[in-house]
Amino acid sequence: MILFFLSSGLFLGWSLGANDAANVFGSAVGTKMVSFRKAAIIASIFVILGAVIQGAGATHTLGKLGAVTALGGSFTVALAAAVTVYWMTKFKIPVSTSQAIVGAIIGWNFFVGSPTDIKVLGKIVSTWVMGPILGAIFAILLFYVQHLFFRVVKIHLLKQDAYIRFSLLLVGAFGSFSLGANNIANVMGVFVLAAPDSYLDFGLFKLNGVQQLFLLGGVAIAIGIFTYSKRVMDTVGNGLMQLSSKSAIITVLANSMVLFVFSSTSLSNFFVSIGLPPIPLVPVSSSQVIVGAILGLGLLKGGYNINYKMLGSIAAGWVATPFIAGILSFIALFFISNVFLIPVSSKSVVKKQQPKVIKIDSSQIKNIIVPKDTSDTLLKNKKLLNQN
Amino acid sequence: MFFKKTKSTIRDIDEFLDTVDQGILVFKEGVKSYLNEDDESFQKNLENLYKLEAKADKKVLRVQNEFFEHSLIPQYSADVVKLLDSLDDIIDTAKENLYQYDVEIPFIPKKLKDDFLKLLDVSCSAAEAAIPAVRSFFNNPSGVKDNEHRVYFYEKETDGLAADLKRKIFKETKHLKLSQKIHLRYFTLHIEQISDKAEYSARILSALAIKTKD
Repeated sequence: MILFFLSSGLFLGWSLGANDAANVFGSAVGTKMVSFRKAAIIASIFVILGAVIQGAGATHTLGKLGAVTALGGSFTVALAAAVTVYWMTKFKIPVSTSQAIVGAIIGWNFFVGSPTDIKVLGKIVSTWVMGPILGAIFAILLFYVQHLFFRVVKIHLLKQDAYIRFSLLLVGAFGSFSLGANNIANVMGVFVLAAPDSYLDFGLFKLNGVQQLFLLGGVAIAIGIFTYSKRVMDTVGNGLMQLSSKSAIITVLANSMVLFVFSSTSLSNFFVSIGLPPIPLVPVSSSQVIVGAILGLGLLKGGYNINYKMLGSIAAGWVATPFIAGILSFIALFFISNVFLIPVSSKSVVKKQQPKVIKIDSSQIKNIIVPKDTSDTLLKNKKLLNQN
Repeated sequence: MFFKKTKSTIRDIDEFLDTVDQGILVFKEGVKSYLNEDDESFQKNLENLYKLEAKADKKVLRVQNEFFEHSLIPQYSADVVKLLDSLDDIIDTAKENLYQYDVEIPFIPKKLKDDFLKLLDVSCSAAEAAIPAVRSFFNNPSGVKDNEHRVYFYEKETDGLAADLKRKIFKETKHLKLSQKIHLRYFTLHIEQISDKAEYSARILSALAIKTKD
């Protein structure tokens, strides 16, 4: 039964793999610098590693937004987010898995009457704004570093090509790790309460219950990468702006860095240790960050080759996603709890309707009077029926 | 894995460029020896040019295969292949032209010998300037401009010299028959062609340099 409930999370994981892996390897595969097979293998391995090793940080914050306390609720919330992502992708509207899950959780909060922690919501929404901005800043800085490097070090064009290929694989691996670490919260975050208590012993290392859950989510993402991301990878990168292989490295690295910053507990602890405020560990949308990075590069080059129409549709998608997911989640929760009678939160224990039993005192029986004329009418009717 | 393939392709490109460069020198020597009526040297140069042209063809084909097979610099591979093809065209044209001297044995009056030599020098200079420009594209794309302007300069010079020579052929060599004049004009065009081909390579190179500029 648990596996059935997890299926919606796995579906969401599959959607995430199909879409967001393209943010990491899309430009490399699209420009034919890296073959899809190579990209898919590396992305799958590192997404799973990132999810299992470093996935807890962002999950914790998502849990604070709305701790979905029943498996039925988790199933519905993840399903609403997954359907939103799937359909928006189907209609070619850019979509963020992080926004979809946050919208769906808020839908759950509304449905069960649980208050939404505005402080946590503010923290998450602020990273939706900060993510792309940080992506753009990182991309601009990396562009200058790269520019300086190639100006100082003269490398043969073909050697440069080989280095870029190799770097794309390295950066892609880092990006996949960060994607797994940051976005596993979207996929499995709502199921954390259903994680088993037991440890899974692999001999060299042990996985606790939550890590086992993340491993499963990571595998779902990997399947998404292998089965559906090729098409997205082939088209990504050139949609918003035509990217060169050098720019591809910059955007992917900027994206990976932003995802890493928002999911690394160690980095956040390091910030605290040197007297700086902690970094909010929040699931950030890799789609948004990569758009920010590409925009940063585009603006740096004068902004003339940016596809502004596409940018407008991306921005519209950003606004629409949480609302659609929230509304869908609310409606789905209503059906799940009232039609299928599955509890969606620990508060909502659905009572089965019992037949009403009226206790009658034996003394009252004597007082019941059967009206004479009723029985007479019945007899008359019976006679009439027989005659006909 | 990445670098092994790369090294062999770089070596092949370098060898191809060397071959084209040598081919231009041999063509120049071949025409000079024809003008100097040194038949032995002419035949030797012609034979050499045949070998170099065959070698260049083989090399450029190998480089093209390596580019497409291993999808090297995929965004620009088609342009790079086109560039190398255009360089191969220079040596092809040189071979074809020198062969025409051997077959048609044009009569070049002594009076026009210096003009032909000058035209030959300038036209071949355009082709010679194209080689370092292409080398610099691979090693330091920002340096392409420093070399390619020489190609345009020599090509323009060649056009001027060729026009003067043609005028001279038709106006000042009254002792020649019209058929001889036309024949000489034809060989002027042959020499001129070398710089035209070099100019075409330079144009492809300019476009590539802009495309690869980030």
